[in-house]
Amino acid sequence: MIEAYANRYTYVLVAALVAIGLYILIASQNLVKKIIGLSIFQTGIFLFFITAAFVEGGSSPVIDGEGLYASPLPQVIVLTAIVVGVALTAVALALIVRIYSEYGTLDEETLREVRADE
Amino acid sequence: MSDSLLGLVIVLPLLGSAVSLGAGLIRNHAGWWVAAAILAVEAALTARLAYAIYVGGDRLVHILGGETFGRKEITVDGGTTNFTVGIELVGDALSGLVVVLIAAVALGVLAYSRHAGPRGNIFYAVYLIMTGGLMGVALTGDLFNLFVFLEIVGLATYALVSTGRGVESAVASLKYLVVGTTGASIYLIGVGYVFLETGALNMVDVSRSLAGEPPWFDGALYSEPLVVAGFGFIAVGLATKSAIFPLHTWQPDAYSEAPDAVTVYISALASTSSAYAFARITWMVFTPDFFAVNRRLLEAVLVLACVSVVVGSALAAMQRRVKRVFAYSSVAQFGLIFAAICIAVHPAAGERATQFAVYGTAVHLVGHAVIKSGLFAAAGSLASGEGARKLEEYAGLASRRPFVAGSMAVLGLSLVGVPPSVGFVGKWYIGVGAVNAELWAVVAVIFASTVLSLLYTAQLLEKLYFSSDIETHPMESVVADGGEALSYGMAGVGVTAAILAVSLGFLGADLASLLDPVWQAVAESAPEVTA
Repeated sequence: MIEAYANRYTYVLVAALVAIGLYILIASQNLVKKIIGLSIFQTGIFLFFITAAFVEGGSSPVIDGEGLYASPLPQVIVLTAIVVGVALTAVALALIVRIYSEYGTLDEETLREVRADE
Repeated sequence: MSDSLLGLVIVLPLLGSAVSLGAGLIRNHAGWWVAAAILAVEAALTARLAYAIYVGGDRLVHILGGETFGRKEITVDGGTTNFTVGIELVGDALSGLVVVLIAAVALGVLAYSRHAGPRGNIFYAVYLIMTGGLMGVALTGDLFNLFVFLEIVGLATYALVSTGRGVESAVASLKYLVVGTTGASIYLIGVGYVFLETGALNMVDVSRSLAGEPPWFDGALYSEPLVVAGFGFIAVGLATKSAIFPLHTWQPDAYSEAPDAVTVYISALASTSSAYAFARITWMVFTPDFFAVNRRLLEAVLVLACVSVVVGSALAAMQRRVKRVFAYSSVAQFGLIFAAICIAVHPAAGERATQFAVYGTAVHLVGHAVIKSGLFAAAGSLASGEGARKLEEYAGLASRRPFVAGSMAVLGLSLVGVPPSVGFVGKWYIGVGAVNAELWAVVAVIFASTVLSLLYTAQLLEKLYFSSDIETHPMESVVADGGEALSYGMAGVGVTAAILAVSLGFLGADLASLLDPVWQAVAESAPEVTA
C-alpha cells in the first residue's frame, strides 16, 4: 500500500489539486477566487492526463528511431484542453468585470443582498 | 468510406461567424444577412446528409487530417487489431436526426431574432459559432473531441446569455459558466479514466476494447473500477450540462435572464445536445452488456432521472414568471429523456422495451426541442408585444393576441401529452418501453409526469383564456393595443412550432421508424449503427 503511494505520488498530488480547486469553487464568496478555484480544478485534471502519459524510462515523444517514449496522445489532449480553459477564464473574468462595474462588489453574499434590494 | 460533407457541416458555420464579423466592418447591418445565407446553405447540406443516411441507408464516416490518419493496424504484445488514429466524424441514424433538428431550429430562431434582437454582428458571429459547436457535438465520434465541442457550445452559450440588457444576465451567465464548466471537467475526468483503461478515445474503439475484443485484453473490462468510475463521471458531467435535478441550478436563471431569442435557441438545443451525447455514449460506447454487469449504476441514474421529473414539475408549478415555469419544465422533460435512455439499456429490457425506449428518446428529444422553443418564442412575443412576463399579467391576453395565445395553448397541451401531438407520441413510446421492461416505478413516474405538467400548463391556460383582464390591465391596454414591437416573424415562430408539434404527432410513427437501425444496434450491444 505504502509502496503504491511512493511510486504514484503524483496521483495523490493531482487528487489534492482537484479537491482544493473544487473546495475554493464552492466555499469562497469572492467571484474572482471562485474562478481561481475553477482553474486549479482544471489544472488538476490536466496534470492527471500528463501523469498518465508517463512511461518509466521513456523520453519525450519526439520520435527518433526505436526506444521508449512517453505517450504523446494525452499531451495533445491537454494542450487542447488548456486552450479551452484559457478561453473560459477570459469569458468568466469579462463577466465579472461587468458585474463589478454595475454593483461595485465581488462578494457573492453582498451581491445577493444588493440584488434582493432592487 | 470518407465523406467530407460531415466536416463541411461543422466548418461552415464556424467560418461563417468570421465572415459575418468581417462583413460587419463594411456594412453595419450585414450580420443578419450573412447568418441567414450561411444557415440556409447549412440547412441544404444537412438535408443532403439526412437523405444519404435515411434514404441511402449509409453510415457516413469522415476522418480528419487526410492520409496520415485513419484505421490502422496496431500490434501490442504480438496481438493485432484495427484502431482508428485521428478524429472521426460519424453520420448515422442517431446523429442525422439531431443534425437536421439543429439546422431547422437555427434558421427558425434567426427569423425570430430579426426583430426581437439582440442585434449586432457580434451576436450573429457567436450564434454561428454555437451552431457549429452543436453540429460538432452531434457528429463527432471521439470522446475527447466531444468535450471540446461541448465547451465550444458552452462558451458560445455563456456569451449569448450575457447579451441581455440588464447586468442580471451577466450574473446568470457567470453561474452557468461555473456550473457548466465544472460539469464538462467532470466529464473529462470520466473520459480520462476510460482512456487509461482502454487506450482509445474513438467511440467505436472504446466500445470494442470494453468488450475485450483486442487480443491483448483478458476478456471484457466491464467490471474494472476505472471503467465503472469513468461512466459515473461521464453521467454526472452530462447530467449537469442537461440540467437534471439536482444539477439544474444554473438553468432557470440562465433561461429567464437571457434575451428572448437566445432563450428560444438554448432551450431548444443546448441541453438537447448533451442529452444526445449521453444517449450515444450510454448506448453505443458502454452498451447493454456493460449495464448487465453494473445494474446498480444504471439504476442510480434512473432514480435521479425520475426524481428530476417529479421535482422539476413541482418547481415549475410554483413559479410566477412564465419563462421560469418553462425553464423548470425542461428539468422535468430532460428527466424523462434520461429515464428513457436508461430504460433502453436496462438489463430487464427485452428487445421490444429497447425498441420503444429508443423511439421515445428520439421523438421526445425532437418534440421537446420544438415544443419548448415554440413556448419560449410565444412567451417572448407576449413579453415584447404586451409587456407580460408574469403569470398574473397573462390574464385575458387570449382575446388580444389570439394567434400567439393559441399557439401557446397548443404547445402547452402538447407538452402535457395530449394526443395527437408530438409530446404524446414521445411520452407514449417511453411509457410503452418502461411497461415492456416491467419497471413499474418508472411507469408510475411517467404517467404522473403527465398530471404534473398539467399542473403548470393549466395555470397558464386558465390565465390566458378564462381570467378577465379588467383588474390587471386598467387603461394601458388601449395604448398597448398597437403592439408595434411584435413582428410577424416573432409570432410566426410560435405558430409554426405549434403546427409542427401537431403534425409531428401524426408523423410520430414514421419519425420513430427512422431509428430502427439504432435500436437494433443497441439491442445487439453493437458499437456502431449499421444501416
